[in-house]
Amino acid sequence: MAVDTPHAATGRPMDRPDIWGVVVRLTDGPMRAVQRVLGERRMPYVFLLPNLAFFTLFVFVPLGLNLWYSLTGGAALFPSQRPYVGLSQYSFLFDCGSVLDASTCREDHFWRGVHNTLFFVVIQVTLMVLFSLVTALVLNRPIRGRGFFRAVYFFPVLLSPVVVALIWKWILQRDGVLNAAVTMLGGQKIIFFVDPSWAMFWAIFVSIWAHMGFYTLILLAGLQAIPRDLYEAAAIDGTRPMRVLLRITLPLLWPNMIVVIVLALIRGVQTFDEVFVLTGGGPGTATLMVVQYIYETAFANQSQNFGLAAAASVVLGVVLFVLTLLQLGFSRRKAGA
Amino acid sequence: MRLGRTLAAALMFCGLGFAGPAFSETTVRIAWYSDGNEGEVLLDLLKRFEASNSDIKVVVDQMPFKAINETLPVQVASGQGPDIARVVDLGGMSRYTLDLRPYLKDPAYWEKNFGPFLTWMRPDGDTQSIPGFMTQLTVTGPFVNKTLFEQAGIAMPGAKATWDDWAKATKAVADKVGAPFPIAIDRSGHRVFGMVISQGGKVFNDKGEPAVTDAGFKATSQKLYDWHKSGVMSRELWGSVSGATYRGANDEFKNGQVVLYMSGSWQIAQFDKTVGNAFDWVAVPNPCGPGGCTGMPGGAGLIAIKTTKDPKAVGRVMDYLAGEDVLREFYGRTLFVPGHLGLSAKGVDYPAASPLAREALTVFTKGVADVAPLAYQVQAYRYNRPMFTAVISRLGQAVSGETSLDEAYKRIDADIAQQIAERKK
Repeated sequence: MAVDTPHAATGRPMDRPDIWGVVVRLTDGPMRAVQRVLGERRMPYVFLLPNLAFFTLFVFVPLGLNLWYSLTGGAALFPSQRPYVGLSQYSFLFDCGSVLDASTCREDHFWRGVHNTLFFVVIQVTLMVLFSLVTALVLNRPIRGRGFFRAVYFFPVLLSPVVVALIWKWILQRDGVLNAAVTMLGGQKIIFFVDPSWAMFWAIFVSIWAHMGFYTLILLAGLQAIPRDLYEAAAIDGTRPMRVLLRITLPLLWPNMIVVIVLALIRGVQTFDEVFVLTGGGPGTATLMVVQYIYETAFANQSQNFGLAAAASVVLGVVLFVLTLLQLGFSRRKAGA
Repeated sequence: MRLGRTLAAALMFCGLGFAGPAFSETTVRIAWYSDGNEGEVLLDLLKRFEASNSDIKVVVDQMPFKAINETLPVQVASGQGPDIARVVDLGGMSRYTLDLRPYLKDPAYWEKNFGPFLTWMRPDGDTQSIPGFMTQLTVTGPFVNKTLFEQAGIAMPGAKATWDDWAKATKAVADKVGAPFPIAIDRSGHRVFGMVISQGGKVFNDKGEPAVTDAGFKATSQKLYDWHKSGVMSRELWGSVSGATYRGANDEFKNGQVVLYMSGSWQIAQFDKTVGNAFDWVAVPNPCGPGGCTGMPGGAGLIAIKTTKDPKAVGRVMDYLAGEDVLREFYGRTLFVPGHLGLSAKGVDYPAASPLAREALTVFTKGVADVAPLAYQVQAYRYNRPMFTAVISRLGQAVSGETSLDEAYKRIDADIAQQIAERKK
């Protein structure tokens, strides 16, 4: 047996040949041949090709199909059977007296979804970033049971959104735990999901509860990366805690905050599963989000209006694209800083 | 010795090879949903079929009702669907059905026993094909918690009582016994149309096109709206979800929280099994109005899907399941109103039914006679689903206080026109 075969990755001699060494030896010849034909500069694209093929198949092709569907009408499923209708699905979506008042729009459900999503995103992201920051600041201090609390805050992140929503639905329903507690204390049962304000409140609350741990973790990592000597210098100078927070912690945490804000924004705009299971979009359309609108227009209610749903997803896609560009921009700025 | 064993093994191998085709199985997939025990009964019946038809294996995919309505149509349209499916949107699924006539032993038997219901399953303009049969006929109608009436000491309204009589009586009972739901109606457009026709709604114009929001419809909508305001109906059912999402109150009824539950005959087996001795429940005739005392007919059909790779095997499975003896047992064990004319005439024995369930079955079977012709017309209308969804979605918004009734009427007409136009493209 050859005992001096070098390791594929490290180049160090190995005691026995491993599977990767065999693979490298087998592919070495063909890859050299490819490199001879294409040249060294084009070789990276060969390595990117498998991933690019998957990406094309599962992202670009569906994107293109979605765009095509948004330009077609009818109830047929196959693109070839669907008549081309130009931009009429978009003009139907945007046929409004004023987009600020959903009731003046022909497709009022879409605009109610847009307004609800905007409201949800603004409130949920603001509160979530705030709570995540406070929690991260607390968990960054040498408190007793810190590891336990870190786990407790992160645990909901591990749960499936449907499970989260069902747990809270059971807590909040007419005969749920919360109402049992309310009646035990002498209060009246509250039917939370028939009141638009309560329904939106709980949708936001549950969403924050479920996702806060993830953002707390990012901020905690940022806090731990701040050099300790800055705090020591501040302590020697007798700087007040609030001033330390405002002048040292927050400025140095800002790049992480940006990442958290943009990620939370993207996640907020995409909200569907938790709210759908928790409130079903009701009462009326009080918690109907854009993604639920798209789902229901295409698949639920047997309406199968794929064209309109596709047009709405293109609009949503544009919003998400802008948010993603923002995140990329901030990430690059952070990397360059 | 070794040579002998080798030869024997070779012969066995060859034998198996020749015998191979006799053991080859065709798999037939059925997409099925259950309200009660019908899934178990079907599996039991299919075991017997497989025992005497060893070349066919039948796989039953038990799906939620929601998936049958939302996922199955897309699956079938993409050619990836099952061979057979149990569906309720018969008109909507008609374009995917297989004409079974060439594969049936006796198509005349099917015409004779399922004739009127075949029109519900046929595609537009088709008067001949046999796409499937009804696994059950349903009629919508109310169930009443009799025990709550007795506890309240209030008499139940009689056979020809109006919706207003019931509203008054159930509210009085609920107030007295502390029940949260005097009247609960399934959040479904289908249920609303029974009431609409009873209130004199005409649904269609002279050309046979939908003209839903007429005086009868408005009278019904106003009643539903007022009941939600006065507490006869709780907003917890219609007001707690959005769009055309279905929301039943069977759990609330089983928990003794509902005085009158407007649903349909398909609930009988479930209530018979789950309510037990907790309270007495009865089915009562549909409440009356100026247009009669009608419920809505309906039901679930078992249809063959045209993308099947083995229509002959599908024909054999369907022939077996639609056989009179098999259906007699199926209806009898599931407590379903038969969708087989021969069995309807002869009557089906329900040996497993409790006295309460038997009584309910009698009420619903009698109720079939009261079903208005217009109700059958609505049920058979190809685009009835867009009507049902628009009505429940917009009335849901109105009772939640999001829009006015007048706004809802305008939206209902616009939604129906838009959805039908889209489907016709």
